[in-house]
Amino acid sequence: MSGIHVSTTINGDPVEFVCQPGETLLDVLRDRLRLTGSKDGCGTGDCGACSVTVDGRLVCSCLVLGAEAEGREVTTIEGLADGENLHPLQSKFIEHAALQCGICTPGFLVAAKALLDRNSNPTEEEIRFALAGNLCRCTGYDKIVRAVSAAATEVRKQEGRKQRRSF
Amino acid sequence: MRYAAPTTTREAAALIAKAKGRAFVLAGGTDLLVRMKIGTIEPELVVDIKRIPATQSITKSATGFRIGAGVPTAAMGENNALKKAWPGVVEAANLIGSDQIQNRCTIVGNLCNASPAADSVPALIAAGAKAAIVGPRGRRTVAVDKIVTGPGTTSLKKGEFIEAITLPRPPPRSGDAYLRFIPRTEMDIAVVGAGVSLTLGPNGVVKKARVTLGAVAPTVVLVPAAARAITGTRLEDVALAKLAAACEAACNPIDDMRGTIEYRTEVAGVLARRAAKIAYQRAGGN
Ligand SMILES: Cc1cc2nc3c(=O)[nH]c(=O)nc-3n(C[C@H](O)[C@H](O)[C@H](O)COP(=O)(O)OP(=O)(O)OC[C@H]3O[C@@H](n4cnc5c(N)ncnc54)[C@H](O)[C@@H]3O)c2cc1C
Ligand code: FES
Ligand code: FES
Repeated sequence: MSGIHVSTTINGDPVEFVCQPGETLLDVLRDRLRLTGSKDGCGTGDCGACSVTVDGRLVCSCLVLGAEAEGREVTTIEGLADGENLHPLQSKFIEHAALQCGICTPGFLVAAKALLDRNSNPTEEEIRFALAGNLCRCTGYDKIVRAVSAAATEVRKQEGRKQRRSF
Repeated sequence: MRYAAPTTTREAAALIAKAKGRAFVLAGGTDLLVRMKIGTIEPELVVDIKRIPATQSITKSATGFRIGAGVPTAAMGENNALKKAWPGVVEAANLIGSDQIQNRCTIVGNLCNASPAADSVPALIAAGAKAAIVGPRGRRTVAVDKIVTGPGTTSLKKGEFIEAITLPRPPPRSGDAYLRFIPRTEMDIAVVGAGVSLTLGPNGVVKKARVTLGAVAPTVVLVPAAARAITGTRLEDVALAKLAAACEAACNPIDDMRGTIEYRTEVAGVLARRAAKIAYQRAGGN
């Protein structure tokens, strides 16, 4: 079977790959590109462990075909930290012990980032609704919600500093 | 399996019509990819329609709205004009799954998947939505309530697909609403759903109404008797009781882990009453 040649952008870098028509974007990321941060939890859109953004929209990569990535901009958990510097969401997850086994964590971080990008001051209820597509079997969610809230405060502080510096 | 992403409607229709085995349209893939994974379908061809410009936008005109078949339901929620004109349709579409699902899933996929519990369908039928169909023999437009024929089956002919859904421009003093009942607040399949769309006369009396129910019969049902029960009224208690009774009478549900027949039937009446009150308020009645 001949594959489909796909040119796309992942975390800002141009990437080319060949995949089978039925292969999901999650399969491509994990098995072909070795970007194994996105997790394969359920494969049916229920758990959110595979969350990535495509053209800025948060999606389950297990329910996107690899071929659909042609010409799109994909971001994954691997694109969240700035080199060695963790994103505030990542540091706050550690600080608040918002993970135990960790399998759900990349998905929560990507989904929380998508939330903060459109709403940097979410209420607890907004955080819970925005993360309703992500399941965690370990933490009981409270610590995750607190970590996201703390990260939002941190992100707003950093934005404030950046703005002051630009004057 | 083959994958194709044509850039014109004509090309897409030709590809589907010429397929040797089963061809499926891919919109958001939130039903299709799940069914492929669990093995209930084995497509020979998957045609991704999202590269066709006509499927990608929501447009407003003098006659109403046109929502392209590739538009994710999240984009409906981001469209203020659409939300203002058809709040019930938008809230129904934005009940589907999580943010991750809503950033992909479409109302046309929700319709064509033909589940009796599809959340956007009761609201679309109540709103009098139409489907713009394209196929090997050209174009036709059909009321949304004529598309689903039973669980998992539609009236679309071989080679046909839906390019867009159109919603009329609501007359003055109109309102719509959709409510569903699920055991939790997010991410579950409707036990019952109820859609109401109505238009008031200048005196606040209901002039025209459409009432629909989901998940209580093999397809979403339009309940004309329920609409009659509230037409000519200001939703007084007697009218609402008649509406609920008409809805209960229209139910033909299944018994399953989500709800018994008795339970679903009663909840259908309750939700229809509540949805009617919200639609009435939105139409400016009080
Ligand atoms: C985790 C999860 C939660 C969900 N929650 C809900 C929920 O709360 N409520 C609900 O109603 N549904 C829910 N769903 C089901 C699904 O998301 C919806 O039915 C959705 O609207 C399907 O749209 P889609 O664009 O993804 O369809 P697709 O999967 O792309 O297509 C669905 C079907 O319609 C056909 N089709 C698609 N577009 C066209 C077209 N233009 N012309 C002809 N045929 C077409 C396809 O071939 C396929 O058979 C959920 C699914 C998941 C995975
Ligand atoms: S692996 Fe994609 S949602 Fe669970
Ligand atoms: S930390 Fe184990 S599933 Fe969330």
